[in-house]
Amino acid sequence: MVVLLGGFLGATLVRFAPGFGVDEEELDTRLSSRSVEALRATDQPDRNLFRFYVHYLGRLMQGDLGESRSLQRPVSQLLAERLPETLKSVGLGLGLGWSLALPLAITVVMVRAWLLDAISNVLVGALLCIPAAVLALLFVMEQVPARLLLSLVVFPKVFRYSRNLLVRSSELPHVLTARAKGLGNIRVLVWHILPNAAPQLVALAGVSLSLAFAAAIPVEALCDLPGIGQLAWKAALGRDVALLVNLTMIVTLVTLIANSASDLVGQRFHAGEP
Amino acid sequence: MKYARLVAIGILVAVAAACLLANFLAPAPYAHQYREIPDASPSHQHLLGTDDLGRDRFSRLLYGTRVSLLLAPAAALLSSLLAGLIGGIAGFAGGRTERMVMAATDLFLSLPWLFLLITVRAVLPLNVAPLTSVIITFALLGCLGWAGAARVICADARTFSQSDFLVQARATGSSGFRLLWRHLIPNLRPILFAQFWISIPVFILTEANLGILGLGVAEPLPSWGSLLRELESFSTVSTQPWQFVPLILFIVVVSSFHLVLTRQELPT
Repeated sequence: MVVLLGGFLGATLVRFAPGFGVDEEELDTRLSSRSVEALRATDQPDRNLFRFYVHYLGRLMQGDLGESRSLQRPVSQLLAERLPETLKSVGLGLGLGWSLALPLAITVVMVRAWLLDAISNVLVGALLCIPAAVLALLFVMEQVPARLLLSLVVFPKVFRYSRNLLVRSSELPHVLTARAKGLGNIRVLVWHILPNAAPQLVALAGVSLSLAFAAAIPVEALCDLPGIGQLAWKAALGRDVALLVNLTMIVTLVTLIANSASDLVGQRFHAGEP
Repeated sequence: MKYARLVAIGILVAVAAACLLANFLAPAPYAHQYREIPDASPSHQHLLGTDDLGRDRFSRLLYGTRVSLLLAPAAALLSSLLAGLIGGIAGFAGGRTERMVMAATDLFLSLPWLFLLITVRAVLPLNVAPLTSVIITFALLGCLGWAGAARVICADARTFSQSDFLVQARATGSSGFRLLWRHLIPNLRPILFAQFWISIPVFILTEANLGILGLGVAEPLPSWGSLLRELESFSTVSTQPWQFVPLILFIVVVSSFHLVLTRQELPT
């Protein structure tokens, strides 16, 4: 339901944005008035939002996602080509980002050395202040593999949230009692701190997926990675409604699945609590 | 940290003052072209040199900073007001209204809003004026960024609406609007302010991303996004390191916002 509403909202925003239906081809002075009329006639079904959307849903039921006007190819074909590329980049970015951020956050919280905390905060603070697009340009300039870039977008956010969660958990009375009773650092972490922070960390995993997808647009567009982020950018520049609505729905679907999965896992953690 | 926050506030005040006084400090208007000296090196006349169209980089930096620093808070104000209105009423009313509003908020949060943003931004007319493009870009940011803040405000409004002072106010005969205006909104003000302050660097970063992708503020009006777009010309950047000045200023300003945020002891 949310996916359908998401697609509908996307279509609505596009339909009512000023300039909808303006086609650069109509400005071509070589075209006769009949050709311009023919061009306008091809746009006609898209002009009525509900008609456009009902047509779209009807075709969707038959597995037809429509045709990209700007790229002159079926949307399903474009998605089949580009989605795996984005999923690879996003997967690598999330994997690397989390495997850097969580161990660092745990180390900062458990070691409690102010210098380490200060250095990690400065590093993370600096990364949070650089737009993903600038990072992409710097990566291209230095010829660093662009696939690693999404991990730099995910890392600072995951580190900051998980560090705060772990700090909050480590200050709980039962954790302080466990420490006072002489439990070792690893036991305190595994038995008392992590189980307490786990539901929020799982929720953060869901959120980090949508973060990675959002960052995929500038990263793929500027690093020339043929994924759906680059496709969205090209579709936006080419004013391709069908393609943009499909992309919006697919990313909404992926985000929803990730969030629902993380909610379910989080609930299981809660259910397991005494 | 106290000193770091004071320095951050000092930097923000100095940068805001410099860009507000851009008309006096800038050696030339942002669109003025010195056609005989494109890509010039820094000099007394052009502190950061000129760009490939012969425009003074320092002037463009001042005016671009003004655009971003004036309009990002405006967008943040819009999104905070929307969040306050929607979240506040939902939390105060409770019941079915709250559930419906929260469902709408969930829907909004599930949407990939950068996708929506580039979509709407891209279908603007081809001949849109630069000033219109900048207003539309930041208005879109403001209109799309309310959902997360609305959830926070709704939760707080719900807590306040069940608190003793509001129960007592109800018992003394205060009606809905009076309760909202005299009791709830003054208590929500610090949260609204915190949400407003959180949103500013987010919107600055988003505008920069859009600008670098060519979907932000239209030329010749400068903004941080369009200034950072110059980094795309890799061949010249390596020989002209002063082109990194906008990026350095950008990082300094955004990190200053983050440092002041910490001062408000906000959850991150």
